[in-house]
Amino acid sequence: MFRRLGLIAYVLTLCLGIARADEPRLKIGLLTIQSGPYSAVGDQMEHGFRYYLEQHGQKLGGFNVDVVALDTAGSPATAKSKAEELTQREHVQIVVGPIASTEALAIHDYMRDAQTPLVSSSALAEDLTQRKASPWFVRATSATGQLSHPLGDYAANTLKFKKIATIATDFAYGYEIVGGFQRVFEDNGGVITKKIWVPLNATDYSSYISQIGDVDAVYASFSGPAAHNFLRQYAEFGYKDRVPLLASHSTVDESLLPEMGDDPIGVISSGFYSPTIDNPENREFVRGYRERYKVAPGFYSAGGYMAAALIDSALTGFKGDVADKAQLMQALRAAKIASSPRGAITLDEYGNPICDVEVRKVERKDGVLQNTIVKTYPQVSQFWTYPAKKFLADPVYSRDFPPLRSGDK
Amino acid sequence: MAITYLLGSLTYGGLLFLLTSGFCLIFGIMRVPNLAHGSLFMVGAYVGVAALRAGVPFALALLAAGGAAAILGAIFEAAVLRRIAGDENAQVLATIGLAFVVGDGILAVWGGNPYRAQAPHALQLSFRMFGAVFPAYRVAVLVIAVLSAALLWLLIERTRIGARLRAGVDDLQMTRALGISAPALFTGVFALGSFLAGVAGALAAPIVSAYPGLDFDILPLALVVVILGGMGSLAGAFAASFVVGGLYIVGPVMLPELAYVVLFLPMAIVMAIRPQGILGRSAP
Repeated sequence: MFRRLGLIAYVLTLCLGIARADEPRLKIGLLTIQSGPYSAVGDQMEHGFRYYLEQHGQKLGGFNVDVVALDTAGSPATAKSKAEELTQREHVQIVVGPIASTEALAIHDYMRDAQTPLVSSSALAEDLTQRKASPWFVRATSATGQLSHPLGDYAANTLKFKKIATIATDFAYGYEIVGGFQRVFEDNGGVITKKIWVPLNATDYSSYISQIGDVDAVYASFSGPAAHNFLRQYAEFGYKDRVPLLASHSTVDESLLPEMGDDPIGVISSGFYSPTIDNPENREFVRGYRERYKVAPGFYSAGGYMAAALIDSALTGFKGDVADKAQLMQALRAAKIASSPRGAITLDEYGNPICDVEVRKVERKDGVLQNTIVKTYPQVSQFWTYPAKKFLADPVYSRDFPPLRSGDK
Repeated sequence: MAITYLLGSLTYGGLLFLLTSGFCLIFGIMRVPNLAHGSLFMVGAYVGVAALRAGVPFALALLAAGGAAAILGAIFEAAVLRRIAGDENAQVLATIGLAFVVGDGILAVWGGNPYRAQAPHALQLSFRMFGAVFPAYRVAVLVIAVLSAALLWLLIERTRIGARLRAGVDDLQMTRALGISAPALFTGVFALGSFLAGVAGALAAPIVSAYPGLDFDILPLALVVVILGGMGSLAGAFAASFVVGGLYIVGPVMLPELAYVVLFLPMAIVMAIRPQGILGRSAP
């Protein structure tokens, strides 16, 4: 009796196995950060990605999805070994992540050699889709300068500022975001008087802030705790009420706003996303995400969500073989998102989104700080209005490029 | 502008002294290079923020932060460091390990987002002097630093406990032979040093915020001060705090490309030509 039951059970599992094997599944590897100081942003990315899956019955483009999430701890070397683990041991078909640009640059060549699609959810480094563009790479978010070019235009043409000093963290992201702002601001008649760089682990900003000098406005870029401390000290040292502050999206990210008090009120920033974007998808996303995670989605959450959305739209109507990574990559490169919380998105020939960029202003509404949209730049390219070839002939934005046109160094 | 730099240097120096006095005390008496000191500072910052949010008055929040760090420090000493007394390599590794444990523990309790602490209401204003604007809270931190330096000096030079501590620094074996209990002395010293770190963390929170990674952002500064000032010399630490505060504030303005060099080069030079530090005594 028992033997027969066992046999039936065995046959049943076999049948189930066959049934499951018939239905192709998509295995996606997440490179995220689960430990160490940067685990908060890793969590936000993973939440955004998994939230999209939950909302879509764990399916992307009709395929059931298995997710393997690995922890890079934010270290480029670890990111490399985890990328190897995902491709060689877990045999994932698509990798999503990693969080930091340094990590993305560290695995860029490996992913190309491993011929596995990488969908970037937050790494903004310009060259990932510019001078080092890889056919195995697409971005679901944007390039760095793509976010600050429009604010340079806004500062010069709408706010009519003439003289601006910049202050930012002394590393690649800071150079790129400031460089993009500087290029467009100066090409529209503005002058950058000074570029102040603050070391990565600085805890005191007073001596940097006091170098700002006589300007119409300041453009700042910081992230995480540095953004907190900078904004507070900008207010404490009497600049907040005197010199208007423009900033990168990361300086006033939604994940930081609840802890910032009144310091960021009035800061104008630019980003590819804001929970206040007024479209039905975004209203639903913000409502649901807030209910689930008790906080409004910000840059990293939206990045994870958009990575899932990009894969979903790429695979909708996909006729090829999901086990064939080349076919997957082709579909990803051709992805078009008709509508999403951040509007419509198409990819350029380098795998980077052409997307709306929002200019936002921090306001307190119903007791809560938010980035209210003051202007939308529709369908912005990573090359702004410059021809791609001319743009790529220049070096990537750095500490010294573009050089100051005037003012003291 | 010059006045901003001067006040900035002085107030940052005050904060550095609060941070390093505990490190100095522990190293001076126990010869333990406590690389978990930044973690105790971070614990202080978080506990301070939590206490303030629970509506505790600022002075009590400082005590709570110091108390939490002191308890943690005493446990470290009794549970781990006592077993490896005298073995400096093991102590370095053990305290680094403890730092990681504390870092992850804080991450588990408070999550990864930075927390902002409010200065006491009366000190939230900024004052204007010679055309420069300066936050009042920082000046209060400087005052507290100078006061606690005076208190520490009194404790060490004018009390019986201080006499025991000094005896321990000068000749540990002899001190033991005189019947002073070394375990009690050591646990007490470690708790006191940790208490100072915790208070410093809570005092710093309205300036630097409480965030994961604060421990290792702050630790190098403590090391620079202690090495410049002389291992275990409180007077040296006091002087070196203001030197490093000045370098930290003014250095990057003068030489923006060399922010780290300005801070660490003097340390390297002192180590090369006067390894015992500016005011330190050479090892017996």
